[in-house]
Amino acid sequence: MDPRRKLVLLLTLLGAAHFVVACAGFFAPYDPTAQDRDRPYAPPMGIHWIDSGGNFHARPFVYAQQLREGSFDEYISDTTHPIPLKFFVSGAQYKLIGLFPMRIHLFGVENQGAPVFLLGSDGYGRDLFSRMLYGGQISLLAGLLATALALSCGLLIGSLAGFFGGWTDDVLMRVAELFLALPWLYLLFAIRAFLPLAVSPLQAFFLVVVLIGTVGWARPARLIRGVVLSAKERDYVRAARGFGASNIYLLRRHILPQTWSVVVTQAAILVPQYVLAEVTLSFLGLGVPEPAPSWGNILSSLQQYSVLSSYWWMFLPSVAMVCFFLGYLALASALQDVADKSKI
Amino acid sequence: MNLLIRSSPRNPGKFSVCAVAVLAAWTAVFLPSPVQSQSRNSPSEEFLSVPGEIGGAGGRLVVSLRAEPKTLNPLIAGDAPSRQAIGAMQADLIHINRATQLTEPALAKSWTVSKDGLLYTIKLRQGLRFSDGHPLDADDVLFSFQLYLDENVHAPQRDLLIVGGKPIVVRKVDSQTLSFELAKPYGAQERLFDGLAILPKHLLEQPYKQGKLDQQWPLSVAAAQIAGLGPYRLKEYVAGQRLVLERNPYYWKMDVKGTRLPYLDEIDFLFVPSADAEAIRFQSGETDIIGISRVAADSFSTLSRQSRGYTMSDAGPGLEYNFLFFNLNDLGTKVSADLARKQKWFASAKFRQAVSLAIDRQAIVRLVYQGRGVALWGPVTPGNKRWQNTSLNNSARSVEAARNLLSAAGFSWKKDSSGEPSLVDSSGAPVEFSIVTSSSNAERSKMATLIQDDLKQLGMHVQVVPLEFRSLLDRVLQSKEYDACVLGVANYDADPNSDINVWLSSGGSHFWNLGQLKPSTPWEAEIDQLMEKQLASRTFDERKHFYDRIQEIIRENQPLIFLASPDILSGAKNTIGNFHPAILEPYVLWNVEQLYLRAASGGSHP
Repeated sequence: MDPRRKLVLLLTLLGAAHFVVACAGFFAPYDPTAQDRDRPYAPPMGIHWIDSGGNFHARPFVYAQQLREGSFDEYISDTTHPIPLKFFVSGAQYKLIGLFPMRIHLFGVENQGAPVFLLGSDGYGRDLFSRMLYGGQISLLAGLLATALALSCGLLIGSLAGFFGGWTDDVLMRVAELFLALPWLYLLFAIRAFLPLAVSPLQAFFLVVVLIGTVGWARPARLIRGVVLSAKERDYVRAARGFGASNIYLLRRHILPQTWSVVVTQAAILVPQYVLAEVTLSFLGLGVPEPAPSWGNILSSLQQYSVLSSYWWMFLPSVAMVCFFLGYLALASALQDVADKSKI
Repeated sequence: MNLLIRSSPRNPGKFSVCAVAVLAAWTAVFLPSPVQSQSRNSPSEEFLSVPGEIGGAGGRLVVSLRAEPKTLNPLIAGDAPSRQAIGAMQADLIHINRATQLTEPALAKSWTVSKDGLLYTIKLRQGLRFSDGHPLDADDVLFSFQLYLDENVHAPQRDLLIVGGKPIVVRKVDSQTLSFELAKPYGAQERLFDGLAILPKHLLEQPYKQGKLDQQWPLSVAAAQIAGLGPYRLKEYVAGQRLVLERNPYYWKMDVKGTRLPYLDEIDFLFVPSADAEAIRFQSGETDIIGISRVAADSFSTLSRQSRGYTMSDAGPGLEYNFLFFNLNDLGTKVSADLARKQKWFASAKFRQAVSLAIDRQAIVRLVYQGRGVALWGPVTPGNKRWQNTSLNNSARSVEAARNLLSAAGFSWKKDSSGEPSLVDSSGAPVEFSIVTSSSNAERSKMATLIQDDLKQLGMHVQVVPLEFRSLLDRVLQSKEYDACVLGVANYDADPNSDINVWLSSGGSHFWNLGQLKPSTPWEAEIDQLMEKQLASRTFDERKHFYDRIQEIIRENQPLIFLASPDILSGAKNTIGNFHPAILEPYVLWNVEQLYLRAASGGSHP
């Protein structure tokens, strides 16, 4: 496929996925922290069009699940009463993109007594589908913000080091090497131990972002330094300098534009990497605290053998994650292809 | 008593160990089910015959421990795996039968108590030998108690042997008889002797004199250097992998047919890193029994579902109680402004009662223990029928009643930025606090998350902070920098004395306000007095009367908000005979000498 068309396709897909996650409140039928204590570990519900009597329904429906008497996690589907899925139903209040209070959800059921769990529920009876979407908000935003932070630091430090050379270069690059050599997971443990006992989900979120971002700037900085180093020796840059251009002008007009393709490609590689870092932290209980969902703390229940062996749907959020990561990595390689092509 | 977390080392100074009290009415010798009988094997040996299925001799049992024991020395063992291994290798004078919860003679053939309850005279069985063949006599008993009582040895058992402020005085009457003199009558009576292993003088006297007792009997000890009176003795230790015990040929119990116990030739303790690994090993058939440490309900249901050749059993609620408590420690000038503000709420009994009313205990039982547990409103679980005060009403969950209590205590509700009503105190500050819990304990983390959601309905903003267990204990017991905490306590014995450090205001596990010099509230003072009274009472009815009142005071004041108690869950291959899990530790190995392997053909479990 033509690299540009591939790029556009990937951007559209990723953009759509991000849109769904950003508007999680609308696409998710429930509040991610709402517990339905009568339905722990409910399996995913199938969406049906044909009922048990063989009749076709124009409107898709689900069967209500009831806990088997005396059992903890065995459910019986009530096939006598199909519950139609409604669209644009009113439900739990949420804020669209964190701003506009709304109650309309894309889909849901009107009968509050029998919830629809598309991907099943977790050990507290919370809707896994809603948690996955809301969790994506936190994880992806953390990844994007951390990437922005790491790249801005990297761009600033890398270009300074490359452009000025000499002892500036030496000092900055040695510091970068120091950061590369840091065992960052232990560093995070140590920093977390220093902080006050209870941090709110919002504080924890920014903490994670800042930590990942500040630890991660070194690698992009080194790449950018290399690009700057070669760019500043180009003839047109020397010519501009000869005409009396200032350092700032040179950086802005001639050198930084050269780093663009590296920055964009790096971004596409770093986002999934940092999302994964957030997932790791939350998995280990260092990230966003319960009950706020993040991909990491959704998956952390898989540490238990019983969950691992009995409730397969608890893996489903990881499938979504893998799709996101593959999308980003494909985007990185597409960007690379486009950049290579434009050079020729 | 043990702070309940996997293999948590007990703090010897602070927590009294196990045994203790009940049955104050008994003053004379009383022998429950096991019948005394003279051995057919050897006329000089006085055996104890125990009822149970008749088993076949031979075979090997493989079980798992959640960590490697730290030592085989009963004088320094504090961690659960060490105690579990030592339990199979040592024996005591008088033993609490884990199934009946009553005392029965062990190394002691019989005992008498003087009328004033101060003098116990114990007669040893004749002809007993340590596992190395060396004969046992009163000198060994005298020596063992000397070790337990020696301050320089720092044995965790020492606290138990200080009755009425004075150490027990042990005297040798003759080579088979000893007397124990107490300074004050002791309510728990002969339960005192449970768990005090009788140690071999011929092996430990030399190191004791050299002051090297604490270096004795590490796991790497040579088998010839260690001996005990328990059913098994050391055979082999492979660091990081397993501890192998072999049958003690001199053991002093026999079955009703007169066969010397134990039946099994060998027990292998495998060291596995976690509860999940333990479940996987059991499921794959690598281990024969699971449940030396209680099996978690979720592993239990997974194992039950995929059961092949083994049977899982639920022995009902045990003695463990889990609870939420608030930091009421008087920190003086060291207290942070934030905590001082919160302590004003916590100190209000109405606030604590409201929290208790809002907690959905049935949901905890259902979601945390998968229904295999009971909701709790007091420290005495339904597993401890003798001591439970059944006249108290268990108030059902009522958010409405909780709100009324909070209003009465001066709290009110205000809409916060998101439009939800949030609870504010009389000065208008929002009620926000954090609950610390152990990150390695999935059950208690889950309880905290459920409580968080319950309290949201009262407009309280609660954060759950999972901490590594060591740092959790450090915060709760040392630095006292926390708001609230979810913990659990598992007792070794059903007697109230095992909880004494929790209820005495000066106690080292008086969690909410540790080690007070003087009781800080009138009701804590009353509990102190009642505890003292029950300790010195000599009849069960009297003791029960006092303990009932203690339970009532606790119910009124809610210093600990009780949550739930799990069932004791375990499992064994169908080929294991005489497998009868008890609700007292060690749940599945208490009758290890009677366990046997059925012939491969007879597959069904009783």
